[in-house]
Amino acid sequence: MTGPFDFTLRLGDDALIAAQRLGEWSTRAPEMEEDIALANIALDQLGAARLLLTYAGELEGAGRDEDALAYLRDDREFRNCLLVELPNGDFAVTMAKLLFLSAYQVPLYTALAGCADERLAAIGAKARKESAYHLDHASLWVRRLGDGTEESHRRMQAAVDEVWPYTHELFTPDPAAPVDPATLRADFDATVTAVLDEATLTLPQTSWTPAGGRDGVHTEHLSYLLAEMQVLHRAHPGARW
Amino acid sequence: MYGNDFPAGDAPGGGLLDEVEAAEAALREAAERGRRGATAGEDLAAYFAEVIDADQKIEPRDWMPEAYRKTLIRQIAQHAHSEIIGMQPEGNWISRAPSLKRKAILLAKVQDEAGHGLYLYAAAETLGVSRDELVDLLLSGRQKYSSIFNYPTLTWADVGAIGWLVDGAAIVNQVPLCRCSYGPYARAMIRVCKEESFHQRQGYEILHTLAHGTPAQKAMAQDAVDRWWYPSLAMFGPPDSDSTHSAQSMAWKIKRFSNDELRQRFVDMCVQQAEVLGLTIPDPALRWNDERQAYDYTQPDYDELMRVIKGEGPCNRQRMEHRRRAHAEGAWVREAAAAYAAKQRNKEKVAA
Repeated sequence: MTGPFDFTLRLGDDALIAAQRLGEWSTRAPEMEEDIALANIALDQLGAARLLLTYAGELEGAGRDEDALAYLRDDREFRNCLLVELPNGDFAVTMAKLLFLSAYQVPLYTALAGCADERLAAIGAKARKESAYHLDHASLWVRRLGDGTEESHRRMQAAVDEVWPYTHELFTPDPAAPVDPATLRADFDATVTAVLDEATLTLPQTSWTPAGGRDGVHTEHLSYLLAEMQVLHRAHPGARW
Repeated sequence: MYGNDFPAGDAPGGGLLDEVEAAEAALREAAERGRRGATAGEDLAAYFAEVIDADQKIEPRDWMPEAYRKTLIRQIAQHAHSEIIGMQPEGNWISRAPSLKRKAILLAKVQDEAGHGLYLYAAAETLGVSRDELVDLLLSGRQKYSSIFNYPTLTWADVGAIGWLVDGAAIVNQVPLCRCSYGPYARAMIRVCKEESFHQRQGYEILHTLAHGTPAQKAMAQDAVDRWWYPSLAMFGPPDSDSTHSAQSMAWKIKRFSNDELRQRFVDMCVQQAEVLGLTIPDPALRWNDERQAYDYTQPDYDELMRVIKGEGPCNRQRMEHRRRAHAEGAWVREAAAAYAAKQRNKEKVAA
């Protein structure tokens, strides 16, 4: 049974971990304009994460604010999907991750904008516009890379093959949640299929569907990500920044 | 703009921002009064001198001495390179920023610097050089960037010290450039200075919070100021007696004040701010000189500055290696984008 707290925490953790990974691209992007674009998307995800984690803290009612939730939980307490914690890989892997994440977040936030909870509806209304831009950006790059050079096609196809299995976890049915993820699948599939077709890419045939993030059972990568993210905050208990 | 949500009362930058706005007003006023009816006749050099003399702007279409063009290309490009390399020391702390709010502010700041870099490369391109050429000059080490970015950011407080001191010094340097005789550079500087003044306030606010935090935080802040003070003073360049480019640049109104004048202005500005911060500027000789109406201070180690410029600072190799790697690892992506664009153009041709 998923209450509003668990649901909000999942969404907040998805956005936070995605922001942390995207932030790693800063000063490393393939071109200067892209450095700015990736920072923009990281900032959007971080902004959504802050709203969601703040609200999750209020729903919980135990006095935890956004920073307590971000910095003082261990990996087993994080509820993000595995997709966002995967390492950035090359630019193709990052774009595959962003395409799948945003193709999921657009219908998710759109549905959220119409849900009964006013706070979540307001967050959804704001975030869906940002996610639409993320989806545009990722789609453009997936088309460029898929239908660019032989080298970029090879890399983009490899990235889709690598990341695709992690998308199934996003749609695990949860009828009690404010938005049941299973209801988002058709929209996601239609978006992704259209982009991949245009990019001359194909979906891999595999029955492997890694999951566990929503229960706090993550990949080995998350603990390292958190170690880096949390190190300074935890070194000064109770300090203000 | 992120994080502009703290009291303005004791924050720095106000006076300099006024100067930026005055420069912007002067720019508009100069454009309105036109060029005294002067037109470029036979004597191009005389016309150029007249425009400079009248505090008007030289624009890309105007004739200009080759040395003026070269000086500007070098200066604007090195400024652009500094913005791009300068992303690294602060970017170093994005992943570890100690609160989500600070992370957002820092991400936005580093992003602003990329924007400044692009804007400045575009200004340089108006002088007939391409961004790709300039980036090659940076990557091959034939053009420099500001030496300050060859120092490491060892703690979170360094992010604050860079904002307060390094951005502060940059603003003091750049505010006069808002009145530079070359129009595109002057306009770029007005925009850049406005954003830099936000950055400086953010850095100051980081240090203020640390200095009023736990003893460990305060020690972190003081340590950062101790390490960044003299390198920041060195940002104004060698003393006037040794400065090679100054005289001609002053005559062309590219440069308006000498290195030592700007350095003094910076010191005078920082002393009071340090007092409000509750941090100590690491200079036992620092004291008010009533006669000069300015602070006496210890000069930075110019031999160290020369060593860092030569490539022997703590992070020169690391910064260049990082930029070269990002550029090299991105090559296949840029090639793909070009190939895709070419295919799209062909499709459009076929369709038309």
